[in-house]
Amino acid sequence: MHLVYPAVLSSLLFCVGVYGVLARRNAILVLMSVELMLAAVSLNLVAFDVWLRDEIHSGQVFTLFLIALAAAEIGVGLAIVLLVYRERGTSAVDRLRALADREGNEPDGNEPDRDGPAPGPGGAASRETTTT
Amino acid sequence: MTERELLSTSGQEIVFVLVGLVVLGAAVLCVTTRHLVHAALWLVVALGGLAVEYLLLTAEFVAWVQVLIYLGSVVVLLLFGLMLTRAPIGPSPDADSGNRPVALAVALASAACLVTLVVDAFRTTWIDLETPHGRSEALGDSLFRAWVLPFEALSVLLLAALIGAIALSRARRARAGVAANGGGR
Repeated sequence: MHLVYPAVLSSLLFCVGVYGVLARRNAILVLMSVELMLAAVSLNLVAFDVWLRDEIHSGQVFTLFLIALAAAEIGVGLAIVLLVYRERGTSAVDRLRALADREGNEPDGNEPDRDGPAPGPGGAASRETTTT
Repeated sequence: MTERELLSTSGQEIVFVLVGLVVLGAAVLCVTTRHLVHAALWLVVALGGLAVEYLLLTAEFVAWVQVLIYLGSVVVLLLFGLMLTRAPIGPSPDADSGNRPVALAVALASAACLVTLVVDAFRTTWIDLETPHGRSEALGDSLFRAWVLPFEALSVLLLAALIGAIALSRARRARAGVAANGGGR
């Protein structure tokens, strides 16, 4: 088989993943696009491993590691997305601007009013010191 | 081997190109559809087609691992994530953000760059598929001889990711407990 076919397919798949990461708004859809990019890299690794006839199967073993890493990444990423959804009530990545680097950027309307009831550990500690 | 031309197609190449078209179409639908659940199902089609491509490249063990882990667990995890964030069933109009033209331009530019580079670089290379190179026996042999230390490190990393996911999921309750205790940390 010509090596160009898997190489071109994997590069096109990678670019589709790039488009998805840049254009999607829902965080879980962004994670799906990241999965597409990882799968494209896996296809590249397998094709080059079969081409080069590596004795210790580096490409295919890397692909196995990559699949396991993708599983770990999707687990932690989904935990983060679910935590953000519980805290902020949205999973749209362009509404999470709490760390945005803009001058005079007021927090948007989706910011829950957590400043009053939940001041965080430091605030709680200071309040306790004042009460005691 | 006799002399081969650029587009002298064998049966494997024809099947590879057809399945590759299916994979690409499913991937494009996955990143452009407005139904969130349909995106996950198109991802299933794309990754399953990739498993078929691995089989065509005689990497059978990787193909079955792909089916088991990607289709079996990762997509199910993504579907659970979609349900837990209350994804709407119908089409959601705000699935794409505002920088869609920029994303399209970046993707098309990088695709043009990569495809021309790859075609120019590997125009005269061929994969010998007569003797299979990804049998489970040989792959397991090298995995547990040459790669056993990274394998064990990867198991530790999976454990760390598991604990991290559990800790992240319990973070809110822990902080509520801290606030109730008056910052007893």
